[in-house]
Amino acid sequence: MIRPALSLSIAVALAGCAATRPPPARTPAATATVAAPAEPVRAIDANPFPSTYRAPVVGKVALVGGNVLTATGAEIADGTVLMDGGRIVAVGANLPVPEGYQRVDARGKWVTPGVIDAHSHLGAWSQPESADALNDVNEMTDPNTAQAWVEHSIWPQDPGLDAARQAGVTTLMVLPGSANLFGGRSVTLKNVPATTMQGMKFPGAPYGLKIACGENPKRVYAAKGRSPATRMGNVAGYRKAWIDAQDYARRWDKWEKGGKVGDPPRRDLQLETLAGVLKGEILVQNHCYRADEMANMIDIAREFGFRIRTFHHANEAYKIAPMLVKEDICVATWASWWGYKMEVFDAIEENAPLIHAAGGCAIIHSDDPLVIQRLNQEAAAALSSAWRAGLKIPKSEAIKWFTANSARALGIADNVGTLEPGKNADVVLWSADPFSIYARADKVWIDGGIVFDRSDPSYRPHSDFTLGQVGGAR
Amino acid sequence: MIRPLLAALMLTVALPAAAETVAITGGRVVTMGGAGEIARGTVIVRDGRIVAVGADVPVPPGARIIDATNRIVTPGLVASGTALGLIEVRAVESTDDRGTRKSDISAAFDAGYGLNPDSLLLPVARLGGITSAIATPAYDDAAGRELLFAGQAAAVLLGGAPMLMKRGVAMVLDMGDAGAERAGGARAAELVALQAIFAEVRDFARRRAAYDRGETRDYTLSRVDLEALLPVVEGRMPLLVSVNRASDIRDALAMAREEKVKLILEGAGEGWRVAREIAAAKVPVLLTPIENNPVSFEMLGATLGNARRLAAAGVTIAIQGNGNHREREMRYNAGNAVANGLPWQAALAAVTINPARIFGLADRIGSLEPGKAGDVVIWDGDPLETVARPVSVLIGGVEQPMTSRATELRDRYLPAITQNRSTGEKQ
Repeated sequence: MIRPALSLSIAVALAGCAATRPPPARTPAATATVAAPAEPVRAIDANPFPSTYRAPVVGKVALVGGNVLTATGAEIADGTVLMDGGRIVAVGANLPVPEGYQRVDARGKWVTPGVIDAHSHLGAWSQPESADALNDVNEMTDPNTAQAWVEHSIWPQDPGLDAARQAGVTTLMVLPGSANLFGGRSVTLKNVPATTMQGMKFPGAPYGLKIACGENPKRVYAAKGRSPATRMGNVAGYRKAWIDAQDYARRWDKWEKGGKVGDPPRRDLQLETLAGVLKGEILVQNHCYRADEMANMIDIAREFGFRIRTFHHANEAYKIAPMLVKEDICVATWASWWGYKMEVFDAIEENAPLIHAAGGCAIIHSDDPLVIQRLNQEAAAALSSAWRAGLKIPKSEAIKWFTANSARALGIADNVGTLEPGKNADVVLWSADPFSIYARADKVWIDGGIVFDRSDPSYRPHSDFTLGQVGGAR
Repeated sequence: MIRPLLAALMLTVALPAAAETVAITGGRVVTMGGAGEIARGTVIVRDGRIVAVGADVPVPPGARIIDATNRIVTPGLVASGTALGLIEVRAVESTDDRGTRKSDISAAFDAGYGLNPDSLLLPVARLGGITSAIATPAYDDAAGRELLFAGQAAAVLLGGAPMLMKRGVAMVLDMGDAGAERAGGARAAELVALQAIFAEVRDFARRRAAYDRGETRDYTLSRVDLEALLPVVEGRMPLLVSVNRASDIRDALAMAREEKVKLILEGAGEGWRVAREIAAAKVPVLLTPIENNPVSFEMLGATLGNARRLAAAGVTIAIQGNGNHREREMRYNAGNAVANGLPWQAALAAVTINPARIFGLADRIGSLEPGKAGDVVIWDGDPLETVARPVSVLIGGVEQPMTSRATELRDRYLPAITQNRSTGEKQ
């Protein structure tokens, strides 16, 4: 989706718009415009921090003879994947390799789409994490900081980004923390070496709004002696904010429909983001563990006419799986995390598989700089728990949990997440079955450009921080 | 009054629910003992103990047979550095008994007390093949960092009550960043404080009668802490030192050499840089091999190759899990070490016989050998693989339920999903 910022020309009152699927995401974000050029009032820049990422100029590459998981549901033995111009051009069994292609021997190895993490804080909460100076993830000064954009916290030198890339992670959504009811905007990054956030920003990816349920906001603000101190306080806080956002959108709409006469309403960054959600341009990424709270959030979304794209963590999603399927809400979760607080006491390993079995969009996410390096293993733990429970889910489906379904949650499924002709050539060549604990990412491509090659002796991590340090050349 | 010295001699062993003989037959038995690996072996457990292991072991009449054909049979896994039995929900303070804020109970804090055999973490760990653990105290820093020692670790069994296997298996101490912070903010201060404390304990040992008459100088430590440290300065109880930076590891090795105390290193993120020195000192290392991020300035050299390099240098390593609720990931951590070059046998040893040896428990757990406890796990695949699971777990010869509260939750909600799916309905 292409229009991450507000296009204030659409009436917010048309709540149904929020359900509309955004257009495909090939057009650069910068083309999203807001107002007619002839306006006397300067138009709001819909994209003030535009992506400067440019796909590399690459040759033609053929991965030949691997076991290919396309993340469309297919497992292709002795498969060939052809990449040209940064895109996948063909995927199939025993495909002839046309002339001009560099052949990469994938025999005995596995090929998948690049790993996509739907929940990361890399770059915003960087290594060394013992340095408070590198923790820019929670603006814990007000329960509503929807005006904050986490992209302005991103440090592209975070060594964690290198580690994730070496593990096959090609795309990640970085979210603000969960201390606030509204934490701010998320940003989706291509995991390419860069010196600026803009150099990593996924062109055309929609923004997300981080909303947090439950224990974190009420604990943080109860300790500060202010609301919210309870879950009912949380909900009151959400509803007040959405009422303000509706009002804000209405004022802009009135001004725009009235011929833009006179001064426009005063801009408010916080309400602008919330209004963007009401218009369906910003996707709701909702940290919410408990089933009952997710049901409340769905009602709030209905009350104010927006959609929730993904429940994150959502360890009780399995209790309301049919509801989440019906509402078309993705569930991004772990297999192994539980018990660190009350709202995650009922977590089960089978959470993602049960959502999958119910016909829903299941995602294995990380929220962690170590788990992001082994989302395939976390998915394997979930998968084997499914087998233990008698659910016959094949690997060709489970691969979607950290590729295709994550792309869907991030609103970039038209670009990445599967190995299909036309998709960006984000590809991982694994040393073995990625659901094996022994598999490692041997080669990683982003848009057809190789960003990690384990066999390359000249490879060095990108991060300037590690340069000259004892671990720098490891 | 806590008497750790005497208490350390009190050993408790879990007894089987009923005395019986169990024969595990037909499996690939990885003994981790002298018998090595047996392609199709039999393990006989009688009255809670292993009595025979081998390829041609006859099944005693009347034995209950567990068919392990096409299965892998291993010793129960031993988790080191956990707080199993001491914690339930991390964010609910009353369920967390890992540490005390009392400044006069530091070394004397004994994780062998207050263990909860009904903890919901135990079945979860068992379903990961873990049958025993080292319950390790943690510092409670809530009221300021004044404790030098976190206290004494205890070996525990996960087969229900009673949990305690052996008290006082190690004295827990942070060095490096965390230790420096507790000593007032500098590494040097901690090293000086340790020298003074060990001198004090030795002084106390020589003059206990005078101490009781009130005829000694004032000691900085409480009486219980002094007593608790006696086995440490006498070299009978190892000091379990959490440390990461290469130079801090060197300082810990030097301290142990000078004070003549036994050492176990934990963490050792930069251990690979001083692997030969650690090996030469015959100091074992507990580590989490997936820790590859420079999470602090003492972990700048962290690498996935740590386990491989330490083992190659001859260091005895034990691999840890990801902490309490996530202890079941210990075998995945071992698998990751294999993916990064550690031999498979060495990785399995690092979660079985090695931790048993390191904590002085190798006479009773850690391998499938006659005389040892009947702690046995039968796996449906490679025990280090995520996609493999235990199909049967025995502790002290007693088959454990293959359920947890989590699997009960699953079973409560699974039918609604599978039924909905089969009729194509959505509620």
